[in-house]
Parts: sequence; structure tokens; C-alpha cells
Amino acid sequence: MKTTDELLRIKNLHTGFRIKDTYFDAVDNVSLSLRKNEILAIVGESGCGKSTLATSIIGLLDRNKTRIQGEILYKNKNLAEMTEEELNDVRGLDISMIFQDPLSALNPLMRIGDQIEESLIYHTKLTKEQRKERVLELLNQVGINNPERVARQFPHQLSGGMRQRVIIAIAISCKPQIIIADEPTTALDVTIQAQILDLLIDLQNETGAGIILITHDLGVVAEIADRVAVMYAGEIIEVAPVEELFSNPKHPYTRSLFNSIPQMSQENTRLNVIEGIVPSLTNLPREGCRFSSRISWIPEEAHEDNPTLHEISPGHFVRCTCWKHFHFKSDIGGSHHVYAD
Amino acid sequence: MWKTVVRRVVIMIPQLFVLSLLVFILAQFMPGDPYSGAITPETDPARIEELREKAGLNDPWYEQYVRWVGNLVQGELGKSYTFQRSVGDLIGEKATNTLWLSLLSVILLYSIAIPLGILAGRYNNSKLDKSIVLYSFISYAIPTFVLGLLFLYLFGYTLRWFPTVGSVSVGLDPGTLAWYWDKIYHLILPASTFAVLGTTGVIQYLRSEIIDAKSLDYVRTARSKGIPMRKVYSKHIFRNSLLPIAAFLGFTITGLLGGSIIIETIFGYPGMGQLFINAILSRDYSVITALVMLYGFLALLGSLLSDIIMSIVDPRIRIE
Ligand SMILES: Nc1ncnc2c1ncn2[C@@H]1O[C@H](COP(=O)(O)OP(=O)(O)OP(=O)(O)O)[C@@H](O)[C@H]1O
Ligand SMILES: [Mg+2]
Repeated sequence: MKTTDELLRIKNLHTGFRIKDTYFDAVDNVSLSLRKNEILAIVGESGCGKSTLATSIIGLLDRNKTRIQGEILYKNKNLAEMTEEELNDVRGLDISMIFQDPLSALNPLMRIGDQIEESLIYHTKLTKEQRKERVLELLNQVGINNPERVARQFPHQLSGGMRQRVIIAIAISCKPQIIIADEPTTALDVTIQAQILDLLIDLQNETGAGIILITHDLGVVAEIADRVAVMYAGEIIEVAPVEELFSNPKHPYTRSLFNSIPQMSQENTRLNVIEGIVPSLTNLPREGCRFSSRISWIPEEAHEDNPTLHEISPGHFVRCTCWKHFHFKSDIGGSHHVYAD
Repeated sequence: MWKTVVRRVVIMIPQLFVLSLLVFILAQFMPGDPYSGAITPETDPARIEELREKAGLNDPWYEQYVRWVGNLVQGELGKSYTFQRSVGDLIGEKATNTLWLSLLSVILLYSIAIPLGILAGRYNNSKLDKSIVLYSFISYAIPTFVLGLLFLYLFGYTLRWFPTVGSVSVGLDPGTLAWYWDKIYHLILPASTFAVLGTTGVIQYLRSEIIDAKSLDYVRTARSKGIPMRKVYSKHIFRNSLLPIAAFLGFTITGLLGGSIIIETIFGYPGMGQLFINAILSRDYSVITALVMLYGFLALLGSLLSDIIMSIVDPRIRIE
């Protein structure tokens, strides 16, 4: 890839929440980049910091309670250091965001059309009539059949899928370079999920935007992502192109994530789950391999003292060296089926 | 919209029925009757009995009830025994006074509380917020009669800025500009007392609504559009936070229409609250029952008004 294709580069990002006067990093030293036309998926268990990472990018966290350190470079400017006013020139125009819950993400007292029009007012020079026209065009573009009517409706009059389409219309209204979608389909039923994802891909093909897609659904990842970053306890523990990651997962955590996908074909109906839970923010191990406590059968020597991301093949990075010494039996699910190499 | 209103009005009918039944039963339980007070050692018991019979007080209770409701519907509320006047006229006169007082109180209350609540919520944890919260706690802690007396003493007796009693000075021609002005002049002290004491609830409610709204999903969506923060506040946060306050307006107004016994008594203001307390003290039953009925009706009207306001401001409530 040419470097000119790079849209966003995140370097050593730390996002901490203040809890009793101490900041605890929910995103801990994350580095990532996003290219034009790329779909970068971020996966990981609940609470590992995916949403925090996403909202840090456009500075939507409460400044009084969070601390952002590091660089978020967009067009050679560091978003992490921008004021609210400066960020407002980027939000919605260059980078927009799609949120998880379409039922609560729209203002219940405002007409759909007005909610879409809002970003056009501040980011474009369109006249009022042109804006109205653009709103209808956008609604049409996201697959809403009767835009005139929907524009005059209130959110509660629309279904969840329709509302998510509206939210996408808002996100793409100024043709952003980057779209961050935080679990855009989690709240929707399966058939609608597929429609929404198709819509996102279609829109991307038109504009060439880069998409950061946060999801729990590894099936979706396999289908539409170009690259995948796996997060655990605030850190990225593995990044790779999608085929590479699925055919050759290295980190024990990545492997156990794959093992925990329910397999319809298997006789075994037991759901394979990763034992334990992500430690809470205040109890995160801050030293060594963070996953080590959940794979206690792996001897301590196997882990690095200060695990870093190693490039093991072009574009494939893994944190820690513990993966080298052990691997999972691939034929049986379950994280405890492990044996020494 | 109209369907909502019609539906709500229809619901009020059984509510009013139950209310009237309750008021009637309570009146039956009250000791004595209109003629008890007329008994003196010289009166002939047969004469009293005759009057009772004539007034229908010996009829079965349901006949009396039907007659009472029938009169009520026709606006025939009976006669006050202490004032020797029709209860309707009596209440009507006091009600106009109370209406003016309520109106000014509500206007003052909301024009103090809404800006303060908005400021406290918008800049929460700032010095401004802390002083507003302090003010609202103080105004909450002060009993009505203390503040009323304080205002009366300070602005009435000491500074002599405002009159200390009544609703209008004698000697002015009703309907003239001077007369109207004098009425407002008399209202200012009691209305301010009302307003200052009522602000706490509205300020605290609005403040916490706004603070909560800041972290709502749709506010985050609005922020992600890159619109200026003041627009996020005015179009998304304030509007939505004012909603419950608007709904509360209905209750506040009718609550005030009942008149405040304490304030009207302290300021010697001839309103419904004062009438009510005097009626109780002098056992003026026909006035008491009429007023209780009226208060109940006002409470129902308040919730109707709140629902109507709500259906105007909140699109989710309108019935398609
Ligand atoms: N406003 C906040 N204040 C304090 N801690 C927070 C805040 N928001 C998130 N956290 C903590 O930060 C960690 C990461 O949360 P985050 O929401 O980013 O996880 P996530 O990966 O998006 O999870 P999910 O898949 O459930 O959406 C969690 O431990 C969470 O409890
Ligand atoms: Mg999340």
C-alpha cells in the first residue's frame, strides 16, 4: 500500500477514565492505521475498550473525566490535541460515527429530516432548499422508499432498521473520509443486519471511505473486513489481514475467540466460552502479558516481560511470544484443551 | 391531538362521579346540619324539624345525593350561612383574586427557575452551579410563613414599598388603569413569596435533567455531527429537558388556583385559601363542600392540562 492511501494513524494512544482522582487507561498504548477504501474490524470481548477507542478518535468522551494521550493523526493534525471547536470542523465532515443503538441515537423530539439536515447546515454552503433536497437524496441513498414522508416523521414512527438507515444517512451526509461504526447492527435482527452491512459496503464503494467496524460478530468480520485488530484489556494483541488471521491465528486469545464461535455443524452442542472475564478497568494487570491470568496453564517463562507487537509475517502482528510455545488443539473447542508443543 | 383531549375528558367523567360521591359522604359524616346553628333555647324543635323536612334533609341519602349533584351541575351551590350569600357568588369573587395571584406567581416562578435551572445544569460543578444549588436549598428550607413574614416586614412595614394587606386599595374605580395597577401592586409580595418558595423543585429537576441529558445517546449523535456546542444545548438538551417541566405546569397552575391558605392569610389577601380556612373555622358546610369539590375538580383539570401540554410538546404522545 502507498502511504498516501493512509487516512488515519493512531500512535501510542492512551485513553484513561478518572476514577477517584486516578486515571485508568481503558485504551492502553494502541497504535493502528486506516487506509482509504479499507474496512478495519476491531474485535474483542465486552469491556476491552473498543468503544472507548472509537469515541476517542473524534473526542466524544467527557473531557472532564477522561485523559487522552498519544497521537491521532488525520491530515497531519493530531486530533487528540484539538479543542472542541477544532474537532467540530472534523466531526461529521471528515470523520463520522455510527452508534450501536438506533433506538436511542436519534433525538425523539426532532423530525428525521431536521436531524439529517443539521450537519449540512454547518459543513456545507448549501441553501435551505438545496439542503432539503440533499436530505431526500440521502434518505433515498440509504434505501428509504418514501423519503418525503420519512423526513417529516419522528424517530418513534420508524422501525429499528429504518432508524439505523437514518443514522447512516446522517453519517454520510457530508461524504466523510472515515466512518467509525460501533456495533452498527447489534441491536437489529439478522436479516436487517445483512441489509445494513450491504448498505455500508455499497456506500464505501461509492466514496472510497475508510471504515472502522467494531463488532462481536466474527462471521461479519470474515465476510466484509479487510484487516482485523483483536483487542484485549485495552491493548491490541493481534492485527492481520482478514484471511491471514482466520487461517493462521496466533495469539491464544485470538484462538479462543474463534473457538467460542458456536459451530452449527458440530455434534458437540456445548458452547465454547473463554473462561473468566475481562478484568475490570481498575484491576487490569498493567505488566506482562495481560491474558496470562486466563491461560494459567501456560508457564510464566513463555510470556514476555514487556510484550510488544511483533511482525511475524507481512502485516501480521502479534503481542507477546507465548503463542510460540503452545497451540490449541484445533479439532476440539474449548480454551483448556491445550498442550505443549 | 384532539382525540387525546377528548379521550382524557371522557376519562374525567367517572373520576368526577367518584369525587362527588366522596365529598357527599364526607359531608354526611360531618356533625350537625345547616340548622344546628339556628337552634337556640327559644326555638321550637318542631319548627326546626319542619325546616329540615322542607329542605329534604330527612330524605334517603341517595335522593339527597341526586338532588345535590343536580344542583351542582346547574351551578346552584347553596347559600353560605356565615355570609348569607350564594356560595357561587362568594367563590367566584374570591376565585378571581386567587386567579390573578396564581398567574403572577407562575410567571415569576418560571422566569426565576428556568434560567437558573438551565445555567446550573449547563455549567454543573462550576461556582455558578454551586451557588444556584445553595440558593435552591435555602429557599426549600425556609417555611412559607417565615419568608412571608420576612417579606411583609422588610418590604411592607420597614421599606414601605408594597401594601401589606388586601387585594386593592379602597376608593379606586374598578376597571380604571389605576385600579388594575393597584391590584398588581398588591399581588407582588404574596406572588414573590410563592415564586421564591416554588423554585427549588423546578431548578433541581431541570438541572438534573440537563446533566443526565448530556450523556444521552442522541446528544452524542448530535455532537458527532460537528455542530457547535451551543446548538447541541439549545436544540437537543434544553428542549428535551424542559419537557417534563412543561408537563408539570398544569399541576402547578391548578395547585396555585386552590390558593395558599398560609400566604393568603399572612398577606390578608381575600382569595380562596382564605375563604376555605374561614369556612372551616365557622363550620360553613355549604362553602366547605363546594370548595372541596372545586379543589378536586381543579386537580383533575391540572392533570388534563398537563396531558394536553405534553401531547403538544412531545410527538411520541400524540395519537395518530
Ligand atoms: N465513562 C466511563 N467511565 C469509567 N469507565 C468507563 C467509561 N466508559 C467505559 N469504561 C470502562 O472502560 C472499559 C472499556 O469500555 P468500552 O465501552 O470501551 O468497552 P467495549 O469494548 O466497547 O465493550 P462492549 O463490547 O461491551 O461495547 C470497561 O472496563 C468500561 O467499564
Ligand atoms: Mg462498546
